[in-house]
Amino acid sequence: MKTIVIYLCISFLLTDPLFAQSDIEKRIQTQLILAEDGSTIDLGEGIFHITKSLSMDGKKKVTIKGRGINKTILTFKSQVAGAEGIKITNSENIVLHDFTVQDSKGDLIKAMHVNGIRFERIKAEWTGKPSKTNGSYALYPVQCQQVMIDSCIAIGASDAGIYVGQSSHIIVKNCTATQNVAGIEIENSLYADVYNNVTIDNTGGILVFDLPDLVQKRGGYVRVYNNLIKENNLANFAPKGNIVAKVPKGSGVIVLATNHVEIFDNQIINNRTAGVSIISYFLTENKITDKDYYPYPYAVNIHDNVFERKPGRVPFKGRFAKIYWFKLKFGRDVPHIVYDGIVDKEILDTHGQPKPENKICIRNNKNQSVANMDAENGFKNVSRDPKPFDCTLEKIKAAEMKQP
Amino acid sequence: MKKLFFILFLFVGLFLSISWKKVPMPPANPFKEKLSDYGFFTGKISEQQPADGVMPYVLNASLFSDYAYKLRFVRLPQNSFIPYNLDSVLQFPVGTAIIKTFYYPLDERNTKKGRRLIETRLLLHEQQGWVSLPYIWDDKQTDAKLEVAGGNTHVTWRDEKGQKRELEYLIPNMNQCKGCHERHGAMSPIGPSARQLNGNYPYEQRKDNQLLHWARVQWLKGVPQDITQLPFEGDYADATVDLNDRARAYLDINCGHCHNKAGPAQSSGLFLDWNTSDSTAYGFYKTPVAAGRGSGNLKFDIVPGKPNESILIYRMESLDPGIMMPELSRSLQHTEGVKLIRDWIKSMKQE
Repeated sequence: MKTIVIYLCISFLLTDPLFAQSDIEKRIQTQLILAEDGSTIDLGEGIFHITKSLSMDGKKKVTIKGRGINKTILTFKSQVAGAEGIKITNSENIVLHDFTVQDSKGDLIKAMHVNGIRFERIKAEWTGKPSKTNGSYALYPVQCQQVMIDSCIAIGASDAGIYVGQSSHIIVKNCTATQNVAGIEIENSLYADVYNNVTIDNTGGILVFDLPDLVQKRGGYVRVYNNLIKENNLANFAPKGNIVAKVPKGSGVIVLATNHVEIFDNQIINNRTAGVSIISYFLTENKITDKDYYPYPYAVNIHDNVFERKPGRVPFKGRFAKIYWFKLKFGRDVPHIVYDGIVDKEILDTHGQPKPENKICIRNNKNQSVANMDAENGFKNVSRDPKPFDCTLEKIKAAEMKQP
Repeated sequence: MKKLFFILFLFVGLFLSISWKKVPMPPANPFKEKLSDYGFFTGKISEQQPADGVMPYVLNASLFSDYAYKLRFVRLPQNSFIPYNLDSVLQFPVGTAIIKTFYYPLDERNTKKGRRLIETRLLLHEQQGWVSLPYIWDDKQTDAKLEVAGGNTHVTWRDEKGQKRELEYLIPNMNQCKGCHERHGAMSPIGPSARQLNGNYPYEQRKDNQLLHWARVQWLKGVPQDITQLPFEGDYADATVDLNDRARAYLDINCGHCHNKAGPAQSSGLFLDWNTSDSTAYGFYKTPVAAGRGSGNLKFDIVPGKPNESILIYRMESLDPGIMMPELSRSLQHTEGVKLIRDWIKSMKQE
């Protein structure tokens, strides 16, 4: 009889639904490897401690689902290997929804070379205070097409919370990004719509960047609209060397060297350095050796936004603050929009003016104010005249998304 | 009667233990369960004696994998051959199996004391492309079993100085294999290129250049007969080789498999493969792209003359999974490799 009791005890132990975490990790990883095209992987409910990067490669139409951001939590706090939390590569039409990922050593979820990637109701966060030891990106599709990031939350990234790089046909909507260095960043990417998002308490709210030395060279056709971009005044905690380490705290939107950008219907509130900055790559003071790189922003259209800012000087921190304080000398009357004024001489018309289709246009914003920094001439002729910007551009078409 | 009850209980218990597992079981995988199922070896499998038609080989410069030793073999399908090419990995025909066993000698000072085989990775060239499969050796060294999800195991050994070394050895999963073995999104072998095979192997009959031997047995066609015409990548550990060549060989085999224009690290814009000539792409004064805290507060990948200001060194020295490079198959610092790249950067003129 005793044997029977012992036997039953053992079999119950083995059947415990919370059986060893390492088995769960192995089970999830095995499912990701062996998933058949068209299948769904249900992560189940619970807090799962994962010690190694989870990865999926070469799949079609696979869904990875949780039971909700508070019910399914993958934590990578004790990660020993692999840089990412989850990595998805060389796949088509992948959907991730309804779970939380936390505290990976590198990026939380990276997708590379995926045609059709959807993140829906995913929370990706580093818990604890913002720290330079946090990973770089929370949600990180790179070199992907058909990217949909919907109703996600990104917290604590030491680079960008939601970062879409070298990709095309992108929608980022209904998301919240907070306590990241950059809330949302669209980099070297084409045809992106960023709307209905909330970016609060980051160093910079929304960044639209084009950088040199990358495989996908030229981004553009980016629309940023209907977002709440508020109080992005968090101290920059990015490790130096990364481009975002140069972002001054208090930045609402920054357009860096990107062409065809439309920023409209946003609430851009109490970002203490600038609501919108439009700058060339020269302002980063990095050397350019990439011959195919285009460092100037043009065709940027800023209209119908609401700007608000409490009066006061820009935060005195970092290189840009020094420029503000000692060169631009705005004092407490800081303009909502700044433009570095460095133009590509090649694209000017015979009167030395940018052609109408290439202009920086600012019109019909509530409380709008602008300054041309004249960075090219050592900030000598800073101008606060709005007239050169009083124009409009053809509306950019919505980013087209094929439904998977 | 009592016995009957016992058996009944046994069944109930078994039934419960199956039905109570709420965790869905993964689908069955189509590959052979055990390494011995393939017939790559003859005799006791742990002796790793290649069977007929299986060719052992070595590479001149090897990827650092936590000081593990490697045995390499290749098996071609019958009546087939490889066309020679000058500068990239050889194009093995469909049906090829590449076999690599990782092991640690118990004592590096005296390898006769025995060794422990850890894992054998297979690269099989199927109709649809290459497939990678990790087989993990059992403790008794009787066979290795397929573990698609990889695993880890504690390893101890004595190094050349007689020091006891130990580590938690990580066996990559199938996807992680591809994390390195990737060209244009598809699986591919990394090591066996002409430049890497251009060296001697002690065959049973006599020591011979591997490329010439492969040509002689009709495995490789189109090999130039003049040995000086063959491409050569030296052993980075060979101090008699030129420092620049050693460094480039080291970076090629340890980094270039990902960091090349068609590899998984292409999004970084840093290309450390043998064929890269652009100095910014090779890291000189190149700013990082998505390195995050991998930058270590430094501005450039390589600053000539200044190893301490070069991100390359910082990431080679790190053991933090979010910083270290390569990302996989390293949990120790490769002291000798770091020193080589440090010396190389130091030897360059500052701008």
